[in-house]
Amino acid sequence: MDTYSILREFADSWALLAMMAFFIGAILLLFRPGAKQQHIDAANIPFNEEQYKDSSTSNKRSKSNKKLEV
Amino acid sequence: MSFLKNHKKVERNATLLMVLSLGVVSIGGIVEIAPLFYLENTIEKVEGMRPYTPLELEGRNIYIREGCYTCHSQMIRPLRDEVERYGHYSLAVESVYDHPFQWGSKRTGPDLARVGARYSDEWHVDHLADPRSVVPESIMPTYGFLLNNKLKPEESKALLIANSRVGVPYTEEMIENAEADFKVQVDPDGDWEEMVARYPKAQVRNFDGQDELTEMDALVAYLQMLGTLVDFSTFQPEISR
Amino acid sequence: MDILKILTFAFITLFAVMAANFGLDWAYSIHAFIIALCAFYMFIRSVRQVGEPIAVTSTGYQDDVVRAGVIATSFWGLAGFLVGVYIAFQLAFPALNLDLPFTTFGRLRPLHTSAVIFAFGGNALIATSFYIVQRTSGARLWGGNLCWFVFWGYQLFIVLAATGYLLGATQSKEYAEPEWYVDIWLTLVWVAYLAVFLGTLIKRKEPHIYVANWFFLAFIVTVAMLHIVNNLSMPVSIFGSKSVQLFSGVQDALTQWWYGHNAVGFFLTAGFLGMMYYFVPKQANKPVFSYKLSIIHFWSLIFLYIWAGPHHLHYTALPDWAQTLGMVFSIMLWMPSWGGMINGLMTLNGAWDKLRTDPVLKMMVISLAFYGMSTFEGPVMSIKVVNSLSHYTDWTIGHVHSGALGWNGMITFAALYYLTPRLWNRDSLYSLSMVNWHFWLATIGIIFYAASMWVTGIMEGLMWREVDAQGFLVNSFADTVAAKFPMYVVRGTGGLMYLAGAIIMCVNLWLTATGAGERKHTSNTASAVPAE
Repeated sequence: MDTYSILREFADSWALLAMMAFFIGAILLLFRPGAKQQHIDAANIPFNEEQYKDSSTSNKRSKSNKKLEV
Repeated sequence: MSFLKNHKKVERNATLLMVLSLGVVSIGGIVEIAPLFYLENTIEKVEGMRPYTPLELEGRNIYIREGCYTCHSQMIRPLRDEVERYGHYSLAVESVYDHPFQWGSKRTGPDLARVGARYSDEWHVDHLADPRSVVPESIMPTYGFLLNNKLKPEESKALLIANSRVGVPYTEEMIENAEADFKVQVDPDGDWEEMVARYPKAQVRNFDGQDELTEMDALVAYLQMLGTLVDFSTFQPEISR
Repeated sequence: MDILKILTFAFITLFAVMAANFGLDWAYSIHAFIIALCAFYMFIRSVRQVGEPIAVTSTGYQDDVVRAGVIATSFWGLAGFLVGVYIAFQLAFPALNLDLPFTTFGRLRPLHTSAVIFAFGGNALIATSFYIVQRTSGARLWGGNLCWFVFWGYQLFIVLAATGYLLGATQSKEYAEPEWYVDIWLTLVWVAYLAVFLGTLIKRKEPHIYVANWFFLAFIVTVAMLHIVNNLSMPVSIFGSKSVQLFSGVQDALTQWWYGHNAVGFFLTAGFLGMMYYFVPKQANKPVFSYKLSIIHFWSLIFLYIWAGPHHLHYTALPDWAQTLGMVFSIMLWMPSWGGMINGLMTLNGAWDKLRTDPVLKMMVISLAFYGMSTFEGPVMSIKVVNSLSHYTDWTIGHVHSGALGWNGMITFAALYYLTPRLWNRDSLYSLSMVNWHFWLATIGIIFYAASMWVTGIMEGLMWREVDAQGFLVNSFADTVAAKFPMYVVRGTGGLMYLAGAIIMCVNLWLTATGAGERKHTSNTASAVPAE
């Protein structure tokens, strides 16, 4: 078989399958149990700005930020 | 359940996120573009294609420099009206020596893929100098300044060398004679036989009607050869590609 | 270290002056001269700074560079819109080409596209990404003065690109016109940009990487990849601007539109979505509607976009399978695009009343609406039968502008309105009614633009293919050109309105930054000119 056909066959079989698997995997990870709090935390990042202002020392912020929960 | 822990890594590791997204975005390009380089039937097998003559190549550079591609396409699609209006649909092989391609994306003006030999040289010179003198509806800018810009044939050799480095089959002989071939193409009284032997179907004329060798000569020479090379009697369309 | 710096700048100056002297064409010589001037300025500056203690300000956020970015965005925005309006009227009144080589449509059109995409859009992206990454990471920009190199290096890129087009230095690949040495320079600047952005993310205090930064990171990395591959070329001489592309014909075409479409996908979409995911929640004072959706949005968008390029080459000499692949992925793109739009709009759930009082928020909503509209129109136009009509016509131009003016422009204006009072420590914008004026001028301008281009696009597409009973073509090409004239005037008028809105914005931002009408802030230390 010529190089082109090999490449084409790989492209529309295994490569496609691998991409699909990666994509579905990424979505499944989102819906795994226990992720909810993480997402709430992450969604509130834009509102944590004040916490970091002028802080030259490393202060680990509290785990969850409830004041602006969805 | 180590699988689940890994997600945190992606979300928290900037480098990993970068590598993953780079991986994702490269796939599409590799799968789509890479096969084209190995595709035996991407480029049709026809007779007549040859590299541009030094003068045509210079004309092509002027075409690029002036941004002609912003308004003119060089790609006739296999649709009834386009074939009717512009001629046989464009083949991939017809732009095989085009570094870069000039297919264009917009037809503010008509397609130019087969404009060669459709109009006289005088028409082209008049039209470029003052488009509305021959086509009243035209909205094209005027390019009269091309008649005053002198060409530098001595720079042609470097241009041919650069093209041969990226794969255009210019021979040693073509490169050595670049400057002479450049000059002789506008000189019907000169010794142009060798040049035409090197570049079959090359047209030898004083394209702009002036004594000097100007950018107008080069541009008109380029326009007059567009789409004239392929011998369509040798073309066999493939059913699928 | 000082000596090394001084020597480097001295050598660059010397070499650039020599290059200007040996230059084979005007564009190259003038560019070498501009580079020599910049290097000479840096040389003088380094000499004068010898022995001076290096002032270290490593606390707080690095906002000077963001302020400079806001100014640059506004400036290049005005310049790009102005050229756009001018070339729009050139198409209606060709006498405006002025019979000069430098002012023809062919040379001004790349100037317009680069000015709005790379100068206006690019500066907006750099400025907002620097602002957002610091605040969502709780960290100052990494790399000290490297961010200033990114900023000034990028401005130099813009100046070289723009002057190059006017002087005829172009490699004719749409949205990648700059010649080889400008491309090399941009690569350097872009790597520095990536280093600053990634460095800041790595030293962040926030455990998570906020989704806006995902989009920015994907944008930076992908644009680097696209830029390098699409600009592979062989210079004819190191003393001339001319180069020949490495690829030719069909391969070059697909590479170009793989680049071209993803310049839209990653520069004008992913990067701007990063802006959207920060500024919309901030302005609405609510977290994003669904963080999960935003992550699905991210992966599916970057997955699908990269495949969509071939829809620019339907019915061309590109192999059919590649066209079909491009079409399928383009249609699929509709879903993540609308997912993102819905996510942005639903963020306002429960805060819709703010639209009545907050014209900045209104601007964000209209930008999302235009995003939704053009990401629906795009997949429709990528269907082969539709494309056979729309391709090569003004419909494409209308589509691009509803996306660029509506989505990119409006979200950028909103970001500028958000940033200016905060960066210059003002309580509020100088005038909200001016924002309202801007909003309506821009919105109506876009509608004029898009509607007139739909009309001309579909009209010329139909006129080109019209045949009579005997099967002969009815219209000559010149007929279709003449028929478009009225719509070209309408289009130019729409552009003029959009430009007028942007001028009002700049006045408003200027008065906000300088504190006009605000007496209480006399002790303020922030200045309009960024300190270096």
